[in-house]
Amino acid sequence: MLPELGHFALILALLLALVQAFFGIAGAHLRRDRWLAAVGPAVAGQFVMVATAIGCLVTAFVSHDFSVRYVAENSNSALPLFYRVTALWGAHEGSLLLWIFLLACWTLAVAVGAARLPPRFAARVLGVLGVVSCGFLLFTLATSNPFLRLIPAAPDGRDLNPILQDPALAIHPPILYTGYVGFAVAFAFACAAMLEGRLDQAWARWTRPWTTSAWAFLTVGIALGSWWAYYELGWGGFWFWDPVENASFMPWLVGTALVHSLAVTDKRGLFKSWTLLLAILAFSLSLLGTFLVRSGVLVSVHSFAADPTRGIFILVFLVLMIGGSLALYAWRAPLLRSAAGFELGARESFLLFNNILLVIAAAIVFGGTMAPLIADALGLPTLSVGTPYFNPTFLMPVLPLLALLPVGLHANWKKGRLRQKQRQILTALAAALVLSLAVSLGVFAQAKILTLVGLTLGPWIILSSLLDPLDRWRRQLSLSRSVLGMTTAHVGVGLFVIALTVVQSFTQEHDVALARGEKASVGGYEFRFEGVRGLEGANYEGVRGSVVVTRGTVPLGTLYPEKRRYFVQGTVTTEAAIQMTRGTNLLIALGDDLGAGRWSVRLQVRPLVSLVWLAALLMAIGGAVAGRDRRYRLARSPAEAAPAAAGAKQAAG
Amino acid sequence: MNRFALPLALFALLVVVLAIGIRHSPEKGIIVSPLVGRAAPGFALPSLTDAHQRVSSQELKGRWYLLNVWGTWCVECRAEHSMLMQVGHAGVIPLIGLDWKDEDDHALEWLAQLGNPYQAIGVDHDGRTAIDWGVYGAPETFLVNTQGVVVYKLVGPLTRESWTREILPRLPRPASAGF
Repeated sequence: MLPELGHFALILALLLALVQAFFGIAGAHLRRDRWLAAVGPAVAGQFVMVATAIGCLVTAFVSHDFSVRYVAENSNSALPLFYRVTALWGAHEGSLLLWIFLLACWTLAVAVGAARLPPRFAARVLGVLGVVSCGFLLFTLATSNPFLRLIPAAPDGRDLNPILQDPALAIHPPILYTGYVGFAVAFAFACAAMLEGRLDQAWARWTRPWTTSAWAFLTVGIALGSWWAYYELGWGGFWFWDPVENASFMPWLVGTALVHSLAVTDKRGLFKSWTLLLAILAFSLSLLGTFLVRSGVLVSVHSFAADPTRGIFILVFLVLMIGGSLALYAWRAPLLRSAAGFELGARESFLLFNNILLVIAAAIVFGGTMAPLIADALGLPTLSVGTPYFNPTFLMPVLPLLALLPVGLHANWKKGRLRQKQRQILTALAAALVLSLAVSLGVFAQAKILTLVGLTLGPWIILSSLLDPLDRWRRQLSLSRSVLGMTTAHVGVGLFVIALTVVQSFTQEHDVALARGEKASVGGYEFRFEGVRGLEGANYEGVRGSVVVTRGTVPLGTLYPEKRRYFVQGTVTTEAAIQMTRGTNLLIALGDDLGAGRWSVRLQVRPLVSLVWLAALLMAIGGAVAGRDRRYRLARSPAEAAPAAAGAKQAAG
Repeated sequence: MNRFALPLALFALLVVVLAIGIRHSPEKGIIVSPLVGRAAPGFALPSLTDAHQRVSSQELKGRWYLLNVWGTWCVECRAEHSMLMQVGHAGVIPLIGLDWKDEDDHALEWLAQLGNPYQAIGVDHDGRTAIDWGVYGAPETFLVNTQGVVVYKLVGPLTRESWTREILPRLPRPASAGF
């Protein structure tokens, strides 16, 4: 019964989403304020229905109901409870349901917060979110119903994809999706502003906290995915420019631009049409990200649920959503031009450069990701785009972006003159440069240009970000959450640059031949080879080496790299041993048997690699803090708040 | 045209590319087995239907055969079964079953209900043989030639289309086994 109930709840949710979309948009457009009263209850009802549906599916998973096809295909009676719950989003259908559920959560949050918005505008925002929800519900019900029965029921399930049976990857999709879906709110605000034909600074103030929060979630989601790739795949890398990674990275880049452009719209009432376009783009790329991964349009190592038959529906949906909003933009954005100007060198100009460079970076990633597809469409030979393209081209916009950050932070609004901070910024730069030289030459005894640049930029960004907060702190002034969050995020950027530079520049790798008891040292670590022993697995045999690692006189433990030969196909695989010690990553891989007890061994020392993810986490924390600034909650003057709040309360049910 | 329409124009261009991409994507979704063109993994399994017999690759040497991986827990296998029955009746090529991670009782009941198209069925309780063959999920069907080399692998249910388009043309004599 429960699966049918869930199915029915989804259908009701679709009807409520239609009500929400129609009465929200049409009611506001036709100025029938009584219609608006339907919107709030529809949002609440839809949330309840979607929550019911997702509850039914979770119950089916937990209780091993293999008469539900989706459960039979993605679970197994031996699967632990934790993975039975996370198996919900282990494949296409459940992922969509999760998407819809998260959208319902965000929509509910917007409806609750809508008491501070003018009622018609709030109705439009919720109406647009209703349209998005309609699209997803329709798609799910028409092509990807997770509640389909399987008659007769399977005695046992096919099990969850083994790749997904990992804690980090199990919680990665919900967090990433929360970020993706969060951009739907910014998108809805943008569409509502265009429908209304009015966009003021208050609009930016309403939109900012939602956008910043979504951005923070997306940051954590991407970092989690990268962390998983690092320790699980064991290739010694944390970013592969894989289409699936790029699909989440593009909305992040545009979202970052949006966060900054909103700041200008908020403070100065500028960049209006640009902000709108970025809001549309960020959500469009999120949609593209959701679907590219799932539709099989782009085939990558990640795409575990490729199904081309759904492609057409997806394309139509994308055309309606993205095409529709871009058409609205072409029509209404010209009405929203900003009047004020600013001088070159003013803070606005720095943020403009920030936006342009971030969008160029996103375009570079987009081009690289889509190039194989475009080549295919034009009938050109199969094209593979990888790190050799992405790394150098991506640096071109990003290096100037990072170099502008420490200066732009201290620029004044409107006027093109730096404050008295000029000397402090230069002092910070000098300090960073000295530090960079000291670290490269002193600690690692090598210096390439890019290493020096990275090691200078990172500390410079950190020092420069801290100038203002330190100054306020010394004068015992309070720090707003906005400033605190911004500082945290920028320090995160600086740390990220440092970590990336160090990992890329100072990873040491040595291939050595070792006999039992012999030692080799790499990067200050000493590796003592203790010989190999035979190894027998279920479907392979092999050898396991032991390597004792010490630093100075401190023993750090023993690592066991393996080499396996799978019986049937005779395939030989190398299972590297990886260990993290104080942020430095040691990787040992066993090479060939050189005879007489000697083995070739690859030793790799990667310093500071943990800092990469910690820095990303810091950026996300910064976003979360900034999004909770008090200013956003006092967005309306008390005089107009009183009657409007009454109307909105009605609208929000 | 105003500059605000530029994003819309670019998006239209992208849609065209995506549309063509989707039309091409079915061919890319196929999982090609590394086994194709290589010697089929050896196996010797207890027979499902006869407790005294073993089903082994040794016995099948020098013959073409189809190895079909199935299980009663497998949804698509039920859909595939009527096609397997037809293949079994046609007698063009022996059909060997690999009953994967299954209960013998269930499997025998299934065959009693739906018919048995297989010449022999090996029981792979712990799934070791399936691992050897690189099975992703049931059903899968492997075509093996007289030299014991895997010629073709079909992922998913065997259909009339895949039978006539993929398997028949690979058999040595132009078979007259259209039914």
